[in-house]
Amino acid sequence: MTNPGKALPEGATSFARIQAGMAKRRAAERRFKMLGRIAVSVGLLFLSVLLISIVSKGYTAFWQTQMRIDVVLTADEIDPDGTRSAETLRKADYSSLIKQSMRDMFPEVSGRRDKFALYGLVSNGAAFDLRDKVMADPSLIGTKVSLWVPADDDVDMLMKGHIDRNAAEDDRRIKDNVLGWINQLEAEDRLELRFNIDFFTKGDSRDPELAGIRGALMGTIFTLIVTLSLSFPLGVAAAVYLEEFAPKNKWTDLIEVNINNLAAVPSIVFGLLGLAVFINVFGLPRSAPLLGGLVLTLMTLPTIIIASRAALKSVPPSIRDAALGIGASPMQATLYHVIPLALPGMLTGTIIGMAQALGETAPLLMIGMVAFIADVPQGVFDPSTALPVQIYLWADSPERAYVERTSAAIMVLLGFLALMNLVAVLLRKRFERRW
Amino acid sequence: MSPQGQAMALKLDGAAGAAHVATVGRDVRETVGEIRVNDPRVRCTDVNVHYGDKHAIKNISLDVGKGEVLAMIGPSGCGKSTFLRCLNRMNDTVRECRVTGEILLDGEDINSRHIDVVPLRARVAMVFQKPNPFPKSIYENVAFGPRIHGLCESKADLDVVVESSLRKANLWDEVKDRLDDVGTGLSGGQQQRLCIARAIAIEPEVILMDEPCSALDPISTAKVEQLIEELRQQFSIVIVTHSMQQAARVSQRTAYFHMGDLIEVSETDRLFIKPRHQLTEDYITGRFG
Repeated sequence: MTNPGKALPEGATSFARIQAGMAKRRAAERRFKMLGRIAVSVGLLFLSVLLISIVSKGYTAFWQTQMRIDVVLTADEIDPDGTRSAETLRKADYSSLIKQSMRDMFPEVSGRRDKFALYGLVSNGAAFDLRDKVMADPSLIGTKVSLWVPADDDVDMLMKGHIDRNAAEDDRRIKDNVLGWINQLEAEDRLELRFNIDFFTKGDSRDPELAGIRGALMGTIFTLIVTLSLSFPLGVAAAVYLEEFAPKNKWTDLIEVNINNLAAVPSIVFGLLGLAVFINVFGLPRSAPLLGGLVLTLMTLPTIIIASRAALKSVPPSIRDAALGIGASPMQATLYHVIPLALPGMLTGTIIGMAQALGETAPLLMIGMVAFIADVPQGVFDPSTALPVQIYLWADSPERAYVERTSAAIMVLLGFLALMNLVAVLLRKRFERRW
Repeated sequence: MSPQGQAMALKLDGAAGAAHVATVGRDVRETVGEIRVNDPRVRCTDVNVHYGDKHAIKNISLDVGKGEVLAMIGPSGCGKSTFLRCLNRMNDTVRECRVTGEILLDGEDINSRHIDVVPLRARVAMVFQKPNPFPKSIYENVAFGPRIHGLCESKADLDVVVESSLRKANLWDEVKDRLDDVGTGLSGGQQQRLCIARAIAIEPEVILMDEPCSALDPISTAKVEQLIEELRQQFSIVIVTHSMQQAARVSQRTAYFHMGDLIEVSETDRLFIKPRHQLTEDYITGRFG
């Protein structure tokens, strides 16, 4: 450095030179801080735009239009022989009863096409609701019951304002005559927005008003349980061995390079691997959470191993020395002292890996978890789907009502993610120690 | 090693006062003074240490007597810590470190490949430069050794061992009311005494101390030195120190290391008052180091 304070006269003191440069240094400091603030603000802005758009689109899915219908449960129709056996009750044609009640409400409707439109106001699920009610209480047969059933998704969309009543009839999904019936139903207080319990208790459905998130949620939970119970012990064991015990030679170097490469492999490749190995070679059940868990384990292992190794590396060597210096075997030193200190870092890596697995869609597509599955899976062998796949499926569906359900499913996914992170943070707090 | 050097080393066994010729590569340095004692706990003969290409310890032969404190002094990088770590095979944990030569502990060669280092380190425990208590409770710190070696049958036994170790380390009175506090929360001097208590809880034969007071204030240092004096009754102690005053205060014999060579070993008083080697004299009079 020749002469930093050029403006100063020859022979100026160091202090004067420092003073002269201070304004510039302070400005640089301010700029640096400002840059950081801008970065954080932009990040927060994007996040809030994302959340606002999802929540504003999705919150309506938590309510569902229900319609009150009065059904005459004629014994002739349900149970002509009077046996009241469960088999008979289950097989009865409840949808014709519901159609009859619709005709009773709108006796003026005639013509095949109009009648068909009229029946379409009620969801297909109404017949099942009615059946469940009758099977729970067969004494209702022969009486007239009044019950709330889900309305069709078009009615629901109209009630939620997603279909414009004032649009020209040709541009509207709901025609004028149907609109008239709906207005009449509303006037009779037969339409109401109610909390959508079905969304949380039912599996997927072809009818948006009946589609629920439960199946995908359970599928995700089972998949993640499999993933966690395999990838955490395997990943930690591999990391501990590689970091603490393995000799450092070209073989372990090769393994390290490969693990790092695996972490960067596109996830769909793991899906293909799962398809080729787990399904074709081992013959595991297609679409099962067990299979998804195995594939996601392969995907998360490198993440967990790398994070765990970093955590182990950051444990001060003096702790190992201390234990070894009084005769602890390497395993005792590792087990009693090194791993407890590395555990918070390992948990962080695990939660990152699990979050990755939670949001993964591509590998699940390859192993059949993209199939339409209406039943809620009961275990890891049942066919199921997962939340991100469900989101993908719904986003792909043409019905307007799936739009809000897609956003609602994203909210459920994010909620689940937040819950997982919360557990991880609590665990980490619990294990964190000073040294 | 040249045949000549080997012959010399063998002949000199037990011959107190005789010169020992260290023959390494091009430079030959002679160890002056008494490398042998009559009743050795540890007897090292022709120990060499290589870190990769670096020859860190050159043909060192040295005894550690029973019930004595042996101080090792010398300028930084002279190999005294490396030599210390040979005595309980801590160098095994260092990659590319190769130790050759014979190190007898009670007549058994501990540098042999067949020796299990775990029981060895229970006999030759180590206290490090920087206090390194485990981030666990004070009790757990001391109890760890006896527990892993299975020295105590019951919790009551363990309590006794913990208390007596802490008493021997002159720490009991300061921590008896807070044994469940975390060990890393103690002051530096207390931490180091805790580390010493942890080492003596397994009742080793030799305690190696690698500059145990370099991170401590003078008062804590005095406490540790007093402790060393007390422990000498029961254990052999090898202490590496940068402070010549400390070596003079705590040790019976002192070894002076220089560039991987053992230059001089003498009775501590003699070494500081009447050094026999020019390098020793230069060092203790502060001409370099």
